[in-house]
Amino acid sequence: MKLSLHRRVGAVALTGALAISLAACGSDNATGDAATAGTDTAAASDLSGDLNAAGSSAQESAMEAWRAGFQATNPSVNVNYDPVGSGGGRTQFLEGGVQFAGSDAALSDEEIETSKETCVGGQAINLPTYISPIAVVFNLEGVKELNLSPAVIAGIFDQKITNWNAAEIAADNPGVTLPDLAISPVNRSDDSGTTKNFTDYLASTAPDAWPYKADGVFPVAGGQSAQGTSGVIQTVQGGNGTITYADSSKVGELGTAKIKVGDAWVGHSPEGAAIAVDASPRVEGRIPTDIAIKIDRNTTEADAYPLVLTTYEIACTVYADANDAALVKAFLSYVVSDEGQTASASAAGSAPISAELAAEVQAAIDTIKAAA
Amino acid sequence: MEGFAGRAFRWTATGAGALILAVLAAVAVFLIIRAWPAMSARSGELSEKINWFPEGQSLLQFIGPLVWGTLLAAAIALIISMPLSVGIALFISHYAPRRLANTLGYVIDLLAAIPSVVYGLWGGLWLIPKLQPAWAWLADNFGWFPPFAGPASDPPRVILSVSLVLAVMILPIITAVCREVFLQAPVLHEEAALALGATRWEMVRMAVLPFGRPGIISAAMLGLGRALGETMAVLMILSPGALYSLALLKVGQQQTIAANIALQFPEADPLGVSTLIATGLALFVITLVVNMAARAIVARRKDFSGAN
Amino acid sequence: MTTLTPTPAGPPDLTPDSTADTRALLAGMDTRRRVTDKVMTGLVVASFVIALIPLISVSWTVLSNGLDRFNLNFLSVSMRGVFGGMDAGGIYHAIMGTLEITALAALISVPIGLLAAIYLVEYGRGALAHTVTFFVDVMTGIPSVVAGLFAYALFAVVFGPGVRFGVVGAVALSVLMIPVVVRSCEEMLRLVPNELREAALALGVPKWLTVVKVVLRTAIAGIGTGIMLAVARVIGETAPLLITVGVIDSINFNVFDGRMMTLPVYVYRQYSQGLVPCNDPAAICIPTINYDRAWAAALTLILIVMLLNLAARLLTRVFAPKTAR
Repeated sequence: MKLSLHRRVGAVALTGALAISLAACGSDNATGDAATAGTDTAAASDLSGDLNAAGSSAQESAMEAWRAGFQATNPSVNVNYDPVGSGGGRTQFLEGGVQFAGSDAALSDEEIETSKETCVGGQAINLPTYISPIAVVFNLEGVKELNLSPAVIAGIFDQKITNWNAAEIAADNPGVTLPDLAISPVNRSDDSGTTKNFTDYLASTAPDAWPYKADGVFPVAGGQSAQGTSGVIQTVQGGNGTITYADSSKVGELGTAKIKVGDAWVGHSPEGAAIAVDASPRVEGRIPTDIAIKIDRNTTEADAYPLVLTTYEIACTVYADANDAALVKAFLSYVVSDEGQTASASAAGSAPISAELAAEVQAAIDTIKAAA
Repeated sequence: MEGFAGRAFRWTATGAGALILAVLAAVAVFLIIRAWPAMSARSGELSEKINWFPEGQSLLQFIGPLVWGTLLAAAIALIISMPLSVGIALFISHYAPRRLANTLGYVIDLLAAIPSVVYGLWGGLWLIPKLQPAWAWLADNFGWFPPFAGPASDPPRVILSVSLVLAVMILPIITAVCREVFLQAPVLHEEAALALGATRWEMVRMAVLPFGRPGIISAAMLGLGRALGETMAVLMILSPGALYSLALLKVGQQQTIAANIALQFPEADPLGVSTLIATGLALFVITLVVNMAARAIVARRKDFSGAN
Repeated sequence: MTTLTPTPAGPPDLTPDSTADTRALLAGMDTRRRVTDKVMTGLVVASFVIALIPLISVSWTVLSNGLDRFNLNFLSVSMRGVFGGMDAGGIYHAIMGTLEITALAALISVPIGLLAAIYLVEYGRGALAHTVTFFVDVMTGIPSVVAGLFAYALFAVVFGPGVRFGVVGAVALSVLMIPVVVRSCEEMLRLVPNELREAALALGVPKWLTVVKVVLRTAIAGIGTGIMLAVARVIGETAPLLITVGVIDSINFNVFDGRMMTLPVYVYRQYSQGLVPCNDPAAICIPTINYDRAWAAALTLILIVMLLNLAARLLTRVFAPKTAR
C-alpha cells in the first residue's frame, strides 16, 4: 500500500491538464463561418439583448436558419428557441415566460382573451410565417406517382383498404400496374400539427370514409407509427408497401400522391400550397392584424393543394418592455422578409408565404409597440 | 469512551445510511405529489385537457395497456435471454478452461458497458432491416400459434424485435449472477458426481443446477427488472399502440410505460406531465415488487447456503 | 441430492457379481447419455458464441459508421448555427455537458454512498442496517426514467413546471449511482482484514480514526475502482437526461441555469432527426449527416465508457495491496 507521491501528483496534474485543455479548445463556431463572429457587421445593428421564444418542434429547423441569419446581422442579440411543443409554447407565452411562441395552430378565442393580461392592454396576434404542404408519401416499387382521392386516402389510413391492388385505387389510376401487396399505413406516434392538419383534411373532404375528427393524435390504432417526420419517413423507406403523410420537404426519393381537388389531380408543391392558403378565409371575429387562417380544405381553386399546414409565430401587439418590442419586431420582420423566407425554405424545405400575405403580416408586425 | 469526533462520525455515517432510505421514500412521495393532479382528476377531465389521452378513458384504463406492453416486452426478453444466460454462465464456470474464465466473463460484461442508446441506434438502423425475413418465416410457418399470427409487419418495428434487443441488454446481468452462483456450487458434490461416472452434463444437472436454482430465479428477476424499465431501445424501435394484444409480429399493438414517458414528456402540458408521472409511479411499483422479490430470494439463499 | 449421499459405513460389498454390475454401469455408458452430454456441451458453447454476435456486431457497426466523422473538429465544436445537411457541427457541447453532469452526480453520490457503506460495514447492526442493505439492492433496480421523473418532480415543486437544467439531471443520475457506489464500497471495505482494525484499536486509536486512517486508506484503490465503474454505468443514461436537462445546440457550462446537451441525448436526437432532404442543389448537403453524427457520438460515448473501465482496472492493478490476491 505504498503509493508513490509522484505518481499521485502526476495523475492529478494530468487529469487537470486534460480538463483545462478540453475546456479551452471548444467553440460554438461550428460552421467555421467568420460572419457569425460578427466583426464587420457589428455596426449594422444597435439591437442587443435576449429574445426568448418557445413552441412547435416542427418549426425548429426553420427557426435554426432564422436565428443563424438574424444573429449574423445582429451580433449582440441572442435568440433562444425552446422546442417544447406548440401547446407548451402557447402556455409559456400566455404566462409571460417568453416573448413570442411558435405554434402549428392559431390561438383560440379564449387564449386571445387570456393574452390581454400578458400583453399589457394589447392582445396576442397570430402571424403565419411559413406554409408546409403535407405530402402523402409511399414506398412502392416502380410506382412514383398515384392519384388518390380523399376517400381512398381515408380508407387506407383507416385500414379499410388494405391492398395496393384494391379496386378503389385502381379505378383512379388507369394504366398503373399495382402490385398485390399489403398496405402498411404509417402514422406519427407523437402529438403533432401535421397529424392534426392531415386528419382535418380527411374529416373535411371525406367525412363518410373518415369517421374521426381533426386531432393531433392519430385516431386509428394498429398501424405502423414513428416519432417525428423523420421517423415516419424512415419507417416508410424501411418497408415495402408503406404509406404515410409528412412534410413534403422530407419526401426525398419516395413516391407521392396527387390528391383530388375539385375534378383535377394536384401534386404537392409550395406554389399549390400558397394558392390554397391565399384562397382560404380568415378565422372570423378577430382583429385585422390577427392573421389566423382557416384553411378551406374543399377549395376548388385551380392548382391549389389544400393539404397544408400553416405555422404561426404568436406575438403581443403591446410589450411592457421597449427593448422586447423592438427585438420581436426586428426578428419577425426578418422572418417574413424575402431573405428570411428563403432561409427557411432552404433549411426546412417549407413553402414561402405569398408576397401579398407577407405584406399583410409585415403590416401587422409594424403595429407592435411598447407600452406607453 | 467515544469522543465527540467519534460520535459525530458515527452519526454522519448512520445518517448517510438512513438518507438512502429517505431518498427511496422521497422518490415515492414526490412521484405521488406530482401525479396527484392526474390521479384526482374527475372522469373525462384528462381526455378533455390532454391531446394524446384517449377519449372517455380513466387513468387506470390508460395505464392498463401500457403495463401489459411493459410486462410483455420484458417477459419475452427474459424468455429469449434466460436459457442463453444460463448456458453462457455454465460455459464460463464449468466448460471453458479455468484460466480463460475471467477473461470470458469480462467479454460478456462488455455487453453491459454499451449504453442503451447505442443499442437503440444499432437496433433501429442496423438490426431492424435484417429481421424482416426471419419474422416473415415465423409468421408463415408458426402462424397457427396466436402470438406469431401474420402477416409480419414490414419494417418489423414490432415487439419481438424490441424484446430481442432487450434480451441482449439484460444478458450480461443475468449471466453475471448465474456465474457467481455456479462457481459457488460445492466442488465436492461435483467431484462425487464425476467419480460416480456421471457425464459432465449429468454432473451439471445433478450438482450445479439444483444448487443454483434460487440464484437463477433471482437472476431472472433482476433481468426482468432491468428490462421493465428500459426506455431508449423501445422508443427507437417500436411502432407503439395501446392494445391488450399478444401479437408479436404486428405493429401498433403495444407500448411500454418507459418509452411512452420519453415519447410524450417533451411536449406535454402540466396535466400531461402529471399523467405521465402517474404511469411512472406504476412502473416504479412494478419494478420495486420484482426487485424486492428477487432480493428476498437471494437473501434467503445466502442465509442457508454453506458456501459463504 | 439423495444420489450423492455416501453409503452408510460398513464392509464394502465386493462380490464379483456386483463389481461386474457396477463396471458395466460405469463403462458401458449407453449412447443416449453420451449423446445428451455432447448435445448439451454443444448448446452451452453455442450460447456463448451467440452472445458474441451482438457484441461484435454492435462494436463493428459503431466503429465502421462512426470513424468517418470522428475527428478533432467534430470533438471541438458545438452544433450552433448548424442546420440541414451542412457538413459541419460537433459534439463539444455534449461532451462538456456529459462530463459536468456526471461529475456533479459523482460529487453528490460518492460521499453519501461511501458514508453509507462505512455505516454498513463498521457500525451497522440490527434492523436499520438490514433494511438499508435490502433497499440499496432494491434501489439498483429503479428504472432510469423513473429516476428522471423523480428529479423533475423534486425540482418542479420548488421551481415550478418546465424546469430543465444540469443539476436536475445530476440528481437523477445520483439516484441511480448511489446504490452502485454503496455496493462496491461496501465490498471493498469488507476486504480490509480485521487484523488491521484490531491492531489500530489496540494501539488506542479511536474507532473513527481507525476507519478513516486505516480502513479507508487500505481500501482506497478498490473504492476508486468502484466509483469509476459506477460513473461508467450512469454516463450512458439517456432517458433521465432527456426529461430533466433537455437539448440545446450551443455550449452551456452553467449547470444551474438552462438546458444542456449530453452525449447520449445527442445520439438519440441526431437519430430522430433522420435523413436530410437535400432540396437545394447549390448548398453542400449530406443526406445521412445526422446518422453519421449519431454514430460518431456513439463511438465517443463508448470510448469514454471503455476508458473509464480500463482506468478502473489499471487502478486496481497499480494500487492493489500486494497481499491481496
